[in-house]
Amino acid sequence: MALEIEHVSKRFGKYTAVDDLSLSIPEKTIFGFLGANGAGKTTTFRIILGLMDASSGNVSWNGKPVDYSTSDNIGYLPEERGLYPKQKVKEQLIFLARLKGMSKQEAEKELGRWLERFKVPDYADKKVEELSKGNQQKIQFIASVLHKPSLLILDEPFSGLDPINVELLKQAVLDLKESGTTIVFSSHRMEHVEQLCENLCILNKGKTVLQGSLKEIKQSFGKKNLIIHADFDVSFLKEYPGVRKSAVTPEGIQLQIEGEEVAGSILQEIVGRGFIRKFALEEPSLNDIFIEKVGASYE
Amino acid sequence: MNKFWIIFFHTFLTKLKTKSFIVTTVITLLIIVLLANITNIIDFFNKGEEGEKIAVIDETGVLFDPFQNQLKAIDKDIQLKKFTGDKTKADKQVQNGDFDGVLVLSNNQENLPAAVYRSLTISNTSLLSSLENGLQQMKTQMAATQMNLSQEQLTKLYEPVSLKKVALEKDAKTEEELSQARGLVYVLLFVIYFAVIMYANMIAVEVATEKSSRVMEILISSVPPIKQMFAKILGVGLLGLLQLALMLGVAYFSLKQNMDSMEGGFFDVYGFGDVPVATLVYAFVFFLLGYFLYATLAAFLGSLVSRIEDVNQLITPMTYLLIIGFMIAMFGLVKPDATFITVTSYIPFFTPMLMFMRVGMLNLPIWEPILGIVILLVTIILFAIFGAKVYKGGVLLYGKSSSFKDIKKAMQLTKNE
Repeated sequence: MALEIEHVSKRFGKYTAVDDLSLSIPEKTIFGFLGANGAGKTTTFRIILGLMDASSGNVSWNGKPVDYSTSDNIGYLPEERGLYPKQKVKEQLIFLARLKGMSKQEAEKELGRWLERFKVPDYADKKVEELSKGNQQKIQFIASVLHKPSLLILDEPFSGLDPINVELLKQAVLDLKESGTTIVFSSHRMEHVEQLCENLCILNKGKTVLQGSLKEIKQSFGKKNLIIHADFDVSFLKEYPGVRKSAVTPEGIQLQIEGEEVAGSILQEIVGRGFIRKFALEEPSLNDIFIEKVGASYE
Repeated sequence: MNKFWIIFFHTFLTKLKTKSFIVTTVITLLIIVLLANITNIIDFFNKGEEGEKIAVIDETGVLFDPFQNQLKAIDKDIQLKKFTGDKTKADKQVQNGDFDGVLVLSNNQENLPAAVYRSLTISNTSLLSSLENGLQQMKTQMAATQMNLSQEQLTKLYEPVSLKKVALEKDAKTEEELSQARGLVYVLLFVIYFAVIMYANMIAVEVATEKSSRVMEILISSVPPIKQMFAKILGVGLLGLLQLALMLGVAYFSLKQNMDSMEGGFFDVYGFGDVPVATLVYAFVFFLLGYFLYATLAAFLGSLVSRIEDVNQLITPMTYLLIIGFMIAMFGLVKPDATFITVTSYIPFFTPMLMFMRVGMLNLPIWEPILGIVILLVTIILFAIFGAKVYKGGVLLYGKSSSFKDIKKAMQLTKNE
């Protein structure tokens, strides 16, 4: 029981937006989609939602193909704002929830709860265009979850939010997962993906570069980060065997090394040369992995 | 509730509540009431106003009385006053406002009356033409007397020729009936034309708004685009019917109230005295069909636009079609049985107006309007199928330019490769 994407491809004329994508997203987990701009994330979402038909391949949710008979169970937050600018928040959110098969009374109750939770109860009777971009994003989020979907697709949910609201939204996403919602989301911000996702995939030019659980991906990446702060000059370590990348910092140096054993020999090398303030071996960040896999062209 | 009806009522109610809709409806209703009461209003303002006062300097001494008699028959409101002073004195009094003008009557070489009219301005054409008529009649009579024509001979000379028009076709409308039908058909044509342009535009703007605000992506992830498109078309259609019903209702009642004061006047001649039900029913049917045809067209054109500002650009060719249809219909009011009109009334884009015009003006065999309706229905269905295809892809198509080339792109997006 899961969201199954099997050999899905989407071509626009000669251009291939999604190339033979296969994914299995387990129920009640959070799955992260990473990829540079134009990697095919939004197109994949649109195919999952049935907004577009795949050129080939299948998508199924709990064993059933995704179409308008399953759409009531799916919630979607598009990348750009998708609300009527001139209509009142309450009016249109209830309309959208009813389109997902929710009754008016229930929608009103849920809406009150969410507005309360996001600390914006007085927005109910405001027009969307009167709200700031970040607040519109909160309303947009409510629009995607109001009807209690079992599958929630969030395209760049945290863009345009201040840190406090990012936390608010993150907590909401985690709570939804706890209550049994399967969540798929995309982001440019690696730290959000690291904090939220059990599983993820990295797309590049329509192809899957990497997929699996966060732990597996980090382990299999092999390379680790070594941070050294010392009172003496350590820049000679740039040339040390097993060091792949390096960056000199004001306090010392930051190295990317091939494995733990390299760290050991470096330690032996520098011990006794002076005072070492910090010697830390860290897991690679998703950012490092992403840059490595997708290419340095992406900032 | 079915999702179709949710969108239908949502479209209807939100449009109904918009300020622009309420304001235009109220203004239109006010204009209708004003027009219906126009004779009362004119009377009201004219009540306090006296007829023009004109000083007459009769240089011959004999022309004043016959002229006054003639003028009385033409316009009894004009007051003539014999003036005994000279021209400069009269001019001064005109400048003071005592008189509206000075008329100087004299005889020319042939001993026939001639006149000079002096006034501050010569913009009051109705007064001038009354004066001219009066002078003309007086001159005719005097000339006749000079030629020793008897009154009888004079009458004979001026008797209008009799031209009786007989239509050989059994049911053909008489001249009088035609002119009656013309007025009603003209008004209803106007209503159809404006309503179709207005509501089709509303659809296009609505679709473009939803698309540019990306709410469309959420809508079509809940409801199939085709269902959504038709719910919207029907919702705006209901709004249109409500607005038209309001207008017709107000027009009917305010006209009815004023019927007594207008009997035999303008409104009777143009067929508002007794409205043929068939014409109204046809107007209703052809308005609906015309609306559906153009609304479907507008919906898929609107779906191609990425920014609201571009709507007009794509809608313009469609508006031209409507304008051309309306022009042909206007021409057809004068000559409804022209072959050109008959042929064009079967072209679906023009059918709503032209077939209605023909049905209202002529006595067509029943199969003709029915054929027109069938042609329209088939075209609407074809457009709906084609439009829905474009619409489904179009709403996901975002680009810098909006052009008809996008139709192809949109359809490619829709279908599976």
